[in-house]
Amino acid sequence: MEIPYTVQARPDSGLANGKLGIWLFLASEVMLFGALFSTYILLRVGATEWPHHELNVPLGAINTVILISSSVTMVMAWASLKMNQWGKHRLYLSLTVVLSLLFLLNKYFEYGAHFAAGEGPSHTTFLAIYFTMTGLHMLHIVGGVVVMLYFLGPGARMWKTSPEQFTNRIEYTGLYWHFVDLVWIFLFPVLYLL
Amino acid sequence: MDNVGTIGVDHGHAHDHAHDHAHEELSFLRKYVFSLDHKVIGIQYAVTGLTFLLFGFTLMMLMRFQLAYPGRPIPVVGNWFGAASAPGGIMLPEFYNTLGAMHGTIMVFLGVVPLAVGGFGNFVMPLQIGAPDMAFPKLNMMSYWVYFLGGATMVGSFFVPGGAAMSGWTSYAPLSVIAQPGQLGQTLWLVGMVFLITSSLLGSVNFIVTIVQLRAPGLTYMRLPFFVWAQFVTSFLLLLAFPPLEAAGILQLMDRVAGTSFFLPTGLVVSNRVVTTMTGVAAGSVASGGGNPLLWQHLFWFLAHPEVYVLILPALGIVGEIVANNTRKPLWGYRALVYSVVFLGFMSFIVWAHHMFMTGMGTTMSAFFQTTTMIISIPSVVILTALLLSLWGASIRFTTPMLFALAFMPMFGIGGLTGLPLGLAPSDIHLHDTYYVIGHFHYVVAPGTIFALFGGIYYWFPKATGRKMNDLLGRIHFWGSFVCINLVFMPMFIQGLGGMNRRMYDGGMQYAHNAGLLKWNLVIGVAAWALGIFQVPFIVNFFGSLKWGALVDKNPWEATTLEWSAPSPPGHGNFLTEPVVYRGPYEYSVPGSAKDFTPQFEAEHA
Amino acid sequence: MHSDAEEVQKSVRKYMMIGAALLVFTGITVAASYLNLAVPAAITVALVIAGMKGSMVASVFMHLSHEKQWIYGALILTVVFFIVLIFVPLFTIKDGISTGLPWVQ
Repeated sequence: MEIPYTVQARPDSGLANGKLGIWLFLASEVMLFGALFSTYILLRVGATEWPHHELNVPLGAINTVILISSSVTMVMAWASLKMNQWGKHRLYLSLTVVLSLLFLLNKYFEYGAHFAAGEGPSHTTFLAIYFTMTGLHMLHIVGGVVVMLYFLGPGARMWKTSPEQFTNRIEYTGLYWHFVDLVWIFLFPVLYLL
Repeated sequence: MDNVGTIGVDHGHAHDHAHDHAHEELSFLRKYVFSLDHKVIGIQYAVTGLTFLLFGFTLMMLMRFQLAYPGRPIPVVGNWFGAASAPGGIMLPEFYNTLGAMHGTIMVFLGVVPLAVGGFGNFVMPLQIGAPDMAFPKLNMMSYWVYFLGGATMVGSFFVPGGAAMSGWTSYAPLSVIAQPGQLGQTLWLVGMVFLITSSLLGSVNFIVTIVQLRAPGLTYMRLPFFVWAQFVTSFLLLLAFPPLEAAGILQLMDRVAGTSFFLPTGLVVSNRVVTTMTGVAAGSVASGGGNPLLWQHLFWFLAHPEVYVLILPALGIVGEIVANNTRKPLWGYRALVYSVVFLGFMSFIVWAHHMFMTGMGTTMSAFFQTTTMIISIPSVVILTALLLSLWGASIRFTTPMLFALAFMPMFGIGGLTGLPLGLAPSDIHLHDTYYVIGHFHYVVAPGTIFALFGGIYYWFPKATGRKMNDLLGRIHFWGSFVCINLVFMPMFIQGLGGMNRRMYDGGMQYAHNAGLLKWNLVIGVAAWALGIFQVPFIVNFFGSLKWGALVDKNPWEATTLEWSAPSPPGHGNFLTEPVVYRGPYEYSVPGSAKDFTPQFEAEHA
Repeated sequence: MHSDAEEVQKSVRKYMMIGAALLVFTGITVAASYLNLAVPAAITVALVIAGMKGSMVASVFMHLSHEKQWIYGALILTVVFFIVLIFVPLFTIKDGISTGLPWVQ
């Protein structure tokens, strides 16, 4: 028994199932991070004082560059498949993973520096929202890396058996990844710059 | 690749005969436990949901004993709860609060929604749209097991030191943050909620994609059964409204476990002591403060208001199906029903602070929320009116499902109407946090939604099992429940109007103004226990009919929607031949037709 | 929709250019934060730049500029509720019984 439209698009909606599914999931993620941004606004508006440039701006900026670059490599990983360039696809996907791990490494140093100075989430309201928002964002990066590793590893078999479906899955992974990048594009100025 | 209907067999649990593709014989685990089949998953959701409903009901029966006989040892089971909860069988206030918080949580999140959406939605919806299964079967299976994990967490929390959560199903801060310090009850509640929200998210994506993508040829949106529209809108509510509560849950977890102060205001003093951080992290140091308890309320109610529409919409859908079938007429005002349910879904996102009129809100925002709340009552009334008008000039068959569907209408009417003074701030000042509120929402959910769900079980049981449930037991179940449930909840309006507050473990004894209202606690208690007894015929009927119910064929109710073209029960892949839809969903009593019903799936005939 | 290998080949240059633009805007937004503008102005500048970067990621990398109606519809609905979630709690808290919203007398 086959589920229709897993690979081919349904004519009237113009979509394959997974494409609609991943966008709906991203819609829910917009609401998830939206609630945290709303929290940030409420807490900051109600606060008597709020730190400015308290975080490590250069490190944050470097991480932003890393994540944007990983978005480029991610879309190239998908584009390579569309152009039937398997080797390039593997290269770009691996690069995306490497860049993500670099991002995580930077965050490890950043968090470490805070904890060493006794500045945990319980220290101030600002740090609480900082750790929570970047922490949740980090969990999303880890999730993305796990999926990418799957597609570099056992999941890559599908390129032989069902290349179109595999390409679609890489596209959906890319959509998720660009969303993670998008969240950071807003997180960075809000937490680091304002 | 278009759907190719596989040739199934009449009994889904029998062996699959190899045809177009070879099916290895699935192990017991793969077929019944970790199944990818939406029908099995739907039944798993339904049975688990019903079990939780029963469990939540027993919690309430304990509470009502305390309210009817404050301070008296609970008979028979009193000594089961241990000295920390009920020494000598006498319920402690903390235990009462735990029962209250968990009754609400379990009924809403573990009982009604999993049954209404996970159970009915999963089982019926793909059949009604002519699909072989859901769009993402693996995701479907995962959503059930994550729900199960969430439920296990919630039940497990009863057995940790300090017991389960006791800060209301609403878990308002700062109480929920500082309650049971260092203990697991509330923390596990939050973890359980994260599981449940995740399960719900996976399910809602699946439902929406399935409805958009897997409708059979000829099944346009305006030919969908109303039940499918209801599930469609419900899925959007779940998709977009739950994430803020997930965020809030994470924030409260941080407050409880990491010592943050998202919800703890600066300088909070409780019982003459300044509130300190909860955990080993700088334990004993003053909470950093700067938090806002109202932040929790906003994030919570942003979900919890759409959640109540999640509770009612599937029920409205079920009632619609049963009414059309048992009046032998099309539903009145199909377009109005569809537009109303979509509009209702949209409005449900912008009314939430009518739960917060008493938080010091100014008149501008209060007016905004009162306005949106009044507006949202319009589509609800349109839907109820359409259902009522569907009875006009009908040939009503008083089948067991129809009894429940008929009762639903006035009960939902009472529930809805009593919501109006709550949605208007001036009257809400007097009624907020009283028993009036409890009466209002229970009328909508209990003789409302749950009655509709019972009706749905009697209605679709034949499709799921190939047998009918017993009608006599069904009628006893119905009449007993109907009488008792009104005796439980009607007096609550009297109590609420008299000023009796909710969530008081002694039944309100300590307040002079409650003196004349206390007698109702005894009435409510006895009615509640009687209501419990009347569920026994249902349980006996449900399990007994699996073995001894009268055998039926595909379409015992002579219904018009697609699910009745599949075998009873449907096999793997659902339909023997690919379904095609030729007309709308409720072509009953078509003039000039030989039969009094013309199914959607029958080709044109002379 | 990119269904042709050739079409995708043409887009590769676009992806690289957008990537570069994103990096440039990152630099601009960091520099702007050191101008020490008043808070309302700083917020506006930061959000405008972030909005532009986000739109580029969404429309080009995520192919939103030529997506199907269902996707647009779901996203527009989401954006509406997102705006509600950001602003309404804020208004509700600022509109106290004794302190009104700034623009209400």
